[in-house]
Amino acid sequence: MRAMVYRGPYRVRVEEKAPPRIEHPNDAIVRVTLAAICGSDLHLYHGMMPDTRVGTTFGHEFIGVVDEVGPSVQTLQPGDRVMVPFNVFCGTCWFCARGLYSNCHNVNPNATAVGAIYGYSHTTGGYDGGQAEYVRVPFADVGPTKIPDWMDSEDALMCTDALPTGYFGAQLGDITEGDVVVVFGAGPVGLYAAKSAWLMGAGRVIVVDHLDYRLDLAATFAHAETLNFGQVGDVVVELKKLTDHLGADVVIDAVGAEADGNLLQHLTSAKLKLQGGSPIALNWAIDAVRKGGTVSVMGAYGPMFSAVKFGDAFNKGLTIRANQCPVKRQWPRLFEHIRNGYLKPSEIITHRIPLDHIAEGYHIFSAKLDGCVKPVVVPPAA
Amino acid sequence: MSTVPYVNGSRSGIPSADELRSRIPGWGADLDPADRPSVPREIDGTIPEGTSGDLPEEQTEHEPRERSIEHARLTPVFGTSCPPRGVSGAIRKLAYARYSEARAAHWLLLLAADRVESKAHALRSLATRRPDNPVTETGVLSEARHHGLSSRVGHNRVDVVHHPLDPVIVGAPWVLGAWATLRVLRRLR
Repeated sequence: MRAMVYRGPYRVRVEEKAPPRIEHPNDAIVRVTLAAICGSDLHLYHGMMPDTRVGTTFGHEFIGVVDEVGPSVQTLQPGDRVMVPFNVFCGTCWFCARGLYSNCHNVNPNATAVGAIYGYSHTTGGYDGGQAEYVRVPFADVGPTKIPDWMDSEDALMCTDALPTGYFGAQLGDITEGDVVVVFGAGPVGLYAAKSAWLMGAGRVIVVDHLDYRLDLAATFAHAETLNFGQVGDVVVELKKLTDHLGADVVIDAVGAEADGNLLQHLTSAKLKLQGGSPIALNWAIDAVRKGGTVSVMGAYGPMFSAVKFGDAFNKGLTIRANQCPVKRQWPRLFEHIRNGYLKPSEIITHRIPLDHIAEGYHIFSAKLDGCVKPVVVPPAA
Repeated sequence: MSTVPYVNGSRSGIPSADELRSRIPGWGADLDPADRPSVPREIDGTIPEGTSGDLPEEQTEHEPRERSIEHARLTPVFGTSCPPRGVSGAIRKLAYARYSEARAAHWLLLLAADRVESKAHALRSLATRRPDNPVTETGVLSEARHHGLSSRVGHNRVDVVHHPLDPVIVGAPWVLGAWATLRVLRRLR
């Protein structure tokens, strides 16, 4: 089969690779019809995440058609059109039983601090991802869901990670009616988090980024006020001025490990890999939220230490909430919101790239060329 | 000028609920925390439909699988992509076998293994029918087709400052390696 493979930092290509096979009775093999490149794939692409192995196929956002099922699979059969959450999870362990599907303990031997994710560094379990023609889907009775007939394929694709992650990030903010919410990052997750903040009753939503074309989308797609941190001297002071000098009630970090805005932090993390991630957005979040406020962290960080301003978080009495999103818990409610027309997630897709051109897709997304917000990958047989 | 933080009072600039509801599709649909799917964050031991609650059937371990020493056992299900091989594989096995996730040595060894592996694969690819091609694999040709210059110039992007470093990161190890190889060869002569 054709599959994207990682060759080293900043280098990927498409190769012929052995198709996946059933390795466990509850596996399914899914023929991928659409995949996406996620901002967190860029951390792999840039060589930031430890144990990213040459030959790995990335891609944790994908939908497809069931091609084959293992002997114990009961809920799916070949031909079903399915969406697959980015989390691999068993549904039965101590953590899954509490709804913490993203923290499943039965699927990732490589680490206990994180659950399993398709197509990511081996620290998330060593599963190949969906930027390929076929993918192995463990626990086929637990993770995937048949795509509702009324749902558009690209909307379904956005439901496999980016949309639920943004929606989950807004939930972690514990937003109450009239709250002032600041979202750092106008990428897909930030845009969805901003949009979700309104669903939870926010009174104001302010999105911060340095890319004007993304801030334009924050204004139109997410109805948010915008602030370009590259055009103000001190973004925290600017946010204080915009929020009665109190600070925001809730700040959502939807940037993560490769934040810009402080060259030293960026270089020591994204380029020199001396930190688990560049905590610029997180530090700004800590300083821009009001005392007693909540910081929700949706941006992905690596497992190593980062230079976080914890003293300010402590002195301000902040609540910091974070997790990988348990995607499947979000789906029933998100499906309602999509059906009601409150959310149209596919509106942020800007690029549709054939799988064979995926190296260019990664570069366009990484370098933010051509107004790229969300690139989708189309396999040859889709 | 606002005096809000210095005396108790209301925030400024918050529109009424009616105004927000008319302007924002779906505003307040999840106002009640009971409508939010991850509230409470932990549910009380409920097992999703279609699962038994027993330990899942175990996947066959065809070759010894590296695992975190913080795990009590190999997980019942695991990925089998790219098992550890060669020098990088030995470094990875050491990182997993000796150091927990709490130790910097664990992560630094894994990062080192990544670098060793990518160089080894690139060198090995020279002996194959499809050697690594930094031009096509970096996707740099998209610069011309997708407005590389106009996407960067005139937009006050703060990331443009470090973009020139990307080719250095990709190319520097090769330049340094070639230089070191030349030095060694000269000494041998």
